[in-house]
Amino acid sequence: MSAHAEAVSHEHHGPPPANRSSRLDPPVLGMFLFIASEAMLFGAFFTAYFFVRVVNPGASTVDAERWQHWLPCKEALVNGVCQAGYYQFPVFVAGVNTAILITSSFTVHWATQAVKRGDRNGLRAGLVLTILLGSAFLLTQAVEYSHVGFNTSDGAFASVFFGLTGLHGAHVFIGLSLLTISAVRAFKGHFSPEHHHGVEIPGIYWHFVDVMWIVVYFTVYIL
Amino acid sequence: MKNPIRDEASAFRVVFLTLGGAVLVAVAAWINTWLGLVVFLVLVAAGFWAIRGGMRPRPPQVHVVRDEGPARRILVVANETVAGSELHDLLGQKAADVAEEVLVVCPALNSKLHTWLSDEDGARAEAQDRLDASLARLHDAGIAARGEIGDGDPLQALEDALRVFPADEVVVSTHPPGRSNWLEQGVVEQARLRFDVPVTHVVVDLGATT
Repeated sequence: MSAHAEAVSHEHHGPPPANRSSRLDPPVLGMFLFIASEAMLFGAFFTAYFFVRVVNPGASTVDAERWQHWLPCKEALVNGVCQAGYYQFPVFVAGVNTAILITSSFTVHWATQAVKRGDRNGLRAGLVLTILLGSAFLLTQAVEYSHVGFNTSDGAFASVFFGLTGLHGAHVFIGLSLLTISAVRAFKGHFSPEHHHGVEIPGIYWHFVDVMWIVVYFTVYIL
Repeated sequence: MKNPIRDEASAFRVVFLTLGGAVLVAVAAWINTWLGLVVFLVLVAAGFWAIRGGMRPRPPQVHVVRDEGPARRILVVANETVAGSELHDLLGQKAADVAEEVLVVCPALNSKLHTWLSDEDGARAEAQDRLDASLARLHDAGIAARGEIGDGDPLQALEDALRVFPADEVVVSTHPPGRSNWLEQGVVEQARLRFDVPVTHVVVDLGATT
């Protein structure tokens, strides 16, 4: 390397190095801020949900039954009253789906703890099980969509339902993609007890997806 | 403020706290809708309280592994008082007749509003000016000192510095009682609890000096 090239390589370009506190690793901080922005996105959808459910003028005055069963009527309203009955949520199936997703939190936690102990088989098994459980969740949700009986165009409630659960489903898909990348890297032997951000960060994201589903399930299906 | 998802294990705990909270709200709402709302609000308030520090348990003690080098290492944490005569006199006494290495850490004090809404460039620039003046005085007095800008939280700035500069002694410089925010927050007492190195407190009265 010539003297000029060496001088250039030592020259500092760009902004000064960021001040780094030991309180939080930058990648974890990045995921934390990302999750905070995601929580705000879900917050917007929950606001829409509660707005439609609480402020809907027809819900509490025209048809008292609709206030209790906020799902669309199976047929057109007659004089503002639903004669044919309302669609029902598959609460039990969604509950099983909730159990599946919570179980996947255990398996991803197992995977993270395993890599910290240097247990590569535990890491691989934990990630594969998490991917399987997450896929089962998505599949069950797709089946639920096909059997729920109403569509996005069947009123504001239906739109919010598909919007909220669909948004969550998209996050599950993203989480599954991240975990799949982690699993491929795990099988290639990329992680060690010292270097496992590639597992820890998707793990944090996956727990966030679980937390959001718990809130969605209890808000939409139970309350 | 505590970050509730500091790592994967804490995020895992949040899943179960959320599940427990959701069950509580659902049961309360089943009894009475308004009770459900009240339980929800109480849980949200409790969550904020916990994130803000809760009962503020004693932080884990930081063990400082000191080298057996010839030089005595002194870590100084000071901000507005960093150029004070009392601090420099004390360092002069401690450095007399021994080989010493002094690291002066100047926390970049920033308002909470600035921290959340803007950057800390201004706070760091001001801290750097004070640090430069202090280092120049220490060099004139023949003390081998270098300096760094630290975290806005003085205890965190200390912990950060101790990771790369395992000191034999820590000196915390503050304004006199009644004028010092750090004394109001118990920074000196907390430093003594948190770090297993001797902590000396020096009071610098800038008003008396000028």
